[in-house]
Amino acid sequence: MELLGLYHYWVFAILLMIGFYAVIAKSNLIKKLIGLSIFQSAVFLLYITMGKVDGGTAPIIQAGVENAVFSNPLPQVLILTAIVVGISTTALGLGIVVRIKEEYGSIEESDIQEIDRR
Amino acid sequence: MIVLFGVFLLSLMVITALAIVRTQHLFVAVILTGIFSLLMAANFFLLDAADVALTEAAIGAGISTVLFLSALALTGEHESVRSSNRILALSVVAVTTLIVIYATFDKPRFGDPLAPVHQHVSPWYLETTPEAIDIPNVVTAVLASFRGYDTLGEVFVVFTAGIGVLFLFGARPPRNSGSPGTRAAEQGLGLRHYLIPRVVGRLLIPFILLFGFYVQFHGDYGPGGGFQAGAIIAAAVILYALLEGEAQALRVIPHKLLIGLMAGGALLYGGVGVASLLLGGNFLDYSVLAADPVAGQHRGILLIEAGVGITVTGVLLSVFHAFAGRRRR
Repeated sequence: MELLGLYHYWVFAILLMIGFYAVIAKSNLIKKLIGLSIFQSAVFLLYITMGKVDGGTAPIIQAGVENAVFSNPLPQVLILTAIVVGISTTALGLGIVVRIKEEYGSIEESDIQEIDRR
Repeated sequence: MIVLFGVFLLSLMVITALAIVRTQHLFVAVILTGIFSLLMAANFFLLDAADVALTEAAIGAGISTVLFLSALALTGEHESVRSSNRILALSVVAVTTLIVIYATFDKPRFGDPLAPVHQHVSPWYLETTPEAIDIPNVVTAVLASFRGYDTLGEVFVVFTAGIGVLFLFGARPPRNSGSPGTRAAEQGLGLRHYLIPRVVGRLLIPFILLFGFYVQFHGDYGPGGGFQAGAIIAAAVILYALLEGEAQALRVIPHKLLIGLMAGGALLYGGVGVASLLLGGNFLDYSVLAADPVAGQHRGILLIEAGVGITVTGVLLSVFHAFAGRRRR
């Protein structure tokens, strides 16, 4: 049980690094962006995991229910807005990738560097 | 039992993420990203974050997939096999994973009510919300009122990203570039030839829109709010655009209106802040908006959530149209 309590954090670490691997090792720009969004999701998972309280419920106060235990609302607020900001910045990144494709004719990092060197 | 279900979901997520990175076919990778987001949303729900789960499901599994696919249509679906310095990357990643996992042994146990994160300001939010703001959903109260500055900033980030995409696509595309689209897509017909998606989609769209408005205006009482509602409404319109062709969708909601929505929502939010200044309160202090401070809070939250919803809808739709309309310029 002790180790099971850390499982969420381990999954966070593994997802974070899977995303990071895609960002540094893959040459395709869209793959890099997908990796970045996995990386981002891992961070969201960490925050939400930390907000969980044993036996808690979603932080919505109901009339007539006394002594309810609520999970921490603060990380949820931060992550809620972060998800929407994340998709907007991803869209911007995709826009840049599409423009790169139009100008260079490729979205592979190695090709782009070769064209730049010429 | 719930813990075991959580462990199952988390393991599925790791498997999906590995598959996303391994596949050479970007289309497959994007669809798997959608599945990944859905699993993530289920997981958020298990962790008591209903609002976040709703957002992730609408944005991660819905809109993000559509945006990636429309970018793929412009760039090509296959990734080249060449992968630069793989061994080095793998070893960096492995070492970092081990360090992070080593660090987790110092973390408080999962769900520990005495963890530092629950000690500082969060109990105050939970205690103060019923008397100061008097809406059931504490997440909305913190988002819209206590931390209204943050949210204002986030709305402007979303707005700026939308402007950025429009600027990027403001340049004319060079001739004969991009992968040739299908004929139907060229003519902007969407899925008009396919009977079943069209019938099912037409049935669904009004209900999706209705649900979007419910989420928008019920956000004070249950999970929901402007961010989620904006994403859901945008998803309904995007579905319409996919079914009926993008030109038809632009006829329903013209481009100028979308830009107006983008700016209008952000301005409405800022305007509420200025109004509270003029009425003698602090910036974004809604208590002065009505004679009764609590009623003022309700009014302020309603207005700024509307602003958030309008901006998010406008930005997501403009971005979608920018990608989808690129080929036919």
